[in-house]
Amino acid sequence: MIPVLLWFLFQAPPTLDLPRVDQNPFTTSEDIALGQKLYNGRCAGCHGLTGDGGKGANLAVPALPRARTDLALYRIVRYGLPETEMPATLLAPQEVWQISAFVRSLGSSPNQGAKGDPAKGEQLVLGTRGGCLQCHAIALQGGRMGPALTDIGAKRSPGHLRRKLLEPAAEITESFRLATVVTKAGARITGVRLNEDPFSLQLRDFSDTMHSFFKDQLASVNVERRTTMPSYKNRLTDAEIDDTVAYLLSLRGNLP
Amino acid sequence: MKTLLLALLAAVTGWTQALTYERILHPTKEPANWLTYSGNYAGHRHSPLQEINETNVSKLKVAWVYQTNSLQKFETSPIVVDGIMYISEPPSNVAAIDTRSGRALWRYRRQLPDDPRVCCGQVNRGVAVLGDLVYVGTIDAHLLALDARTGAVRWDTVVADYKLGYSITVAPLAVKDKVIIGVAGGEYGARGFLDAYDARTGKPSWRFWTVPGPGEPGNETWKGDSWKMGAADTWVTGAFDPATNLIYWGTGNPGPDWNGDVRLGDNLYSDSLIAVDADTGKLKWHFQFTPHDVHDWDATEVPVLVDGEVRGEKRKLLLFPNRNAFYYVLDRVTGQFLLGKPYAKQTWAKGLDDRGRPIRFEGTTPTLQGVKVWPSVAGANNWYSPSYSPLTNLFYVAVRDSGSVYYTGEAVYKPGERFDGGGYRAIAGEEEQGFVRAYKPATGDLAWEYKLHSAPWSGVLSTAGNLVFGATNEGQIFALNARTGAPLWRFQATSLLVRSNPIAYAVDGKQYIAMAMGNSLYAFTLD
Repeated sequence: MIPVLLWFLFQAPPTLDLPRVDQNPFTTSEDIALGQKLYNGRCAGCHGLTGDGGKGANLAVPALPRARTDLALYRIVRYGLPETEMPATLLAPQEVWQISAFVRSLGSSPNQGAKGDPAKGEQLVLGTRGGCLQCHAIALQGGRMGPALTDIGAKRSPGHLRRKLLEPAAEITESFRLATVVTKAGARITGVRLNEDPFSLQLRDFSDTMHSFFKDQLASVNVERRTTMPSYKNRLTDAEIDDTVAYLLSLRGNLP
Repeated sequence: MKTLLLALLAAVTGWTQALTYERILHPTKEPANWLTYSGNYAGHRHSPLQEINETNVSKLKVAWVYQTNSLQKFETSPIVVDGIMYISEPPSNVAAIDTRSGRALWRYRRQLPDDPRVCCGQVNRGVAVLGDLVYVGTIDAHLLALDARTGAVRWDTVVADYKLGYSITVAPLAVKDKVIIGVAGGEYGARGFLDAYDARTGKPSWRFWTVPGPGEPGNETWKGDSWKMGAADTWVTGAFDPATNLIYWGTGNPGPDWNGDVRLGDNLYSDSLIAVDADTGKLKWHFQFTPHDVHDWDATEVPVLVDGEVRGEKRKLLLFPNRNAFYYVLDRVTGQFLLGKPYAKQTWAKGLDDRGRPIRFEGTTPTLQGVKVWPSVAGANNWYSPSYSPLTNLFYVAVRDSGSVYYTGEAVYKPGERFDGGGYRAIAGEEEQGFVRAYKPATGDLAWEYKLHSAPWSGVLSTAGNLVFGATNEGQIFALNARTGAPLWRFQATSLLVRSNPIAYAVDGKQYIAMAMGNSLYAFTLD
């Protein structure tokens, strides 16, 4: 009996403290108000006070592509999204639900749509006027120095895309910081910083080659807060910016 | 005959008899063990072991890894008694581990309610051991005593009602025949206290309310009824000095965190160091670091007790590098303020007056739009432990250097609901900094610093091997030369943040370094 009991204890599965319900049990107007308070402190920095995005995803949409169910939304708020800048929160379950309820409410007043012509925008983005694919990829076409645009329309608001085209340096994505290192042998390598800690740095250079360095073998490390993305303020007309935004918003990727 | 048999058994297995208070009082007599949260009652987190030292630490290797069954943050600081390690695992579980093999001897799993009130994760920072019992606080605010041999519950005492916003994340402190325990709940207006329970029976012994009630001194520092939800919780393990018979414990932020208008006054004893009699819980003295705090700068750091010379006079000192970015030295007999100076970037106070009270700058109070202030909400220091080495006479602190945008909001109290009155954001574009720094204890003068990549969440351990161990947010444990700060060894353990405190122990004459990293506990040793 005792060995059986011990076996059972030692085989217990890892605890992922997901709730036992699939539907949000905290959706009253009071819950939404409490959720907004929590959202303002923890989420608005990246997603904006009205949810229209910033460096975080646009939440003011009728359907959240990664969170079609309440449980999926709960999971994202609670545990974050691996390989993105979306962190886990450590709130109590009912607070996670309350934030989720507020996030859902954002979608009932969606951003105003884009007024441009997506077909014209497509030509600008893919052609030499925009030159976007030098650094960004759509599906498998394009570069990797900047974030992929494959599903950018599902993640970012028109306002955010417009700001990014006009003032690209205003907000630099942490996962696309430029780093230049100089080795003790005198070699200089610049690229996108992939990871860094006190002892090492990993980057991908402009020819897509990955590099790994231990810092004690480097003469210098310079991680910059700049972007190689040009401003389109004087390159495109206002109408062309509208067209570009309209096209980018149409990019919804292959999400399930 | 029976005694002889027991002694023989102990010699063979290495597992001896119950842990007495006398043994905890004199940890240097048995350096193989780690008998209380900070290694000793003085909060030193220092090991006299020296097998692992500056000349051989580069050969340190993983001996074993123990993985938890939880995805919550793993903040435990192990206790080691005669070859057995006792740890807490999140959310409120306990394990006894064979220190040779890393295999569990028993595990206790706590069934928790679905609706806990926690600001910052269902975490636990460790257990206490006394006699043949292992003590742990739980997320639903109970204090348990488990049988050290089996993990069976010997008693289960309700410390507070979790539905009112209380939880327990702190490691208990066993002193004499009592178990001292604090509570968390500073974001729920849970009125704080420090409790003592009879170690054998779990019966309440004394309680000190960290927010005084009507008629008690200090109650006048709270406007109206605001004391009732004044928080000032006690969620980090304190220190004890048998010579003064005082327990030294830090208290947390006043509630609500960022809206001070609803609690005008100094808000005693929030953000304070309290010194209470170990037998009665009566307050001997207090020192408030941040009167009327509006930035959530809990004084819940580990107090460190050393003797030193201040302005030519030998004193019994208490060192306290505070979350508010000032380094304090107090007289631990009287509570007298001896020294205070900034040790990280801060923009909220012009300085401290001659009694240690901050002289504030205008325009640092949180606003609806947000106001930039250094240090950040997480502060220049936090719950993780510092270390003092009597060999180098240096005080080692993992220092955070960053700011926050603080904003205020409405604060309406409802029992058991979040009551924080605002919030905070990161400062866009700010590069946070982190360091391990060595200070001269009595003056706070910098001896050396070791720069990290980001503001740390782990404490440090010093050893007689002339080493300081620490860990990074990027998942490494490292060793530095205790006299110079030169890096000597490192190991990449996890892709997760490390949020815990290292310890040292020995078994079979071999020294180990142990630390919870990511979701696993690692033990390192030489070949």
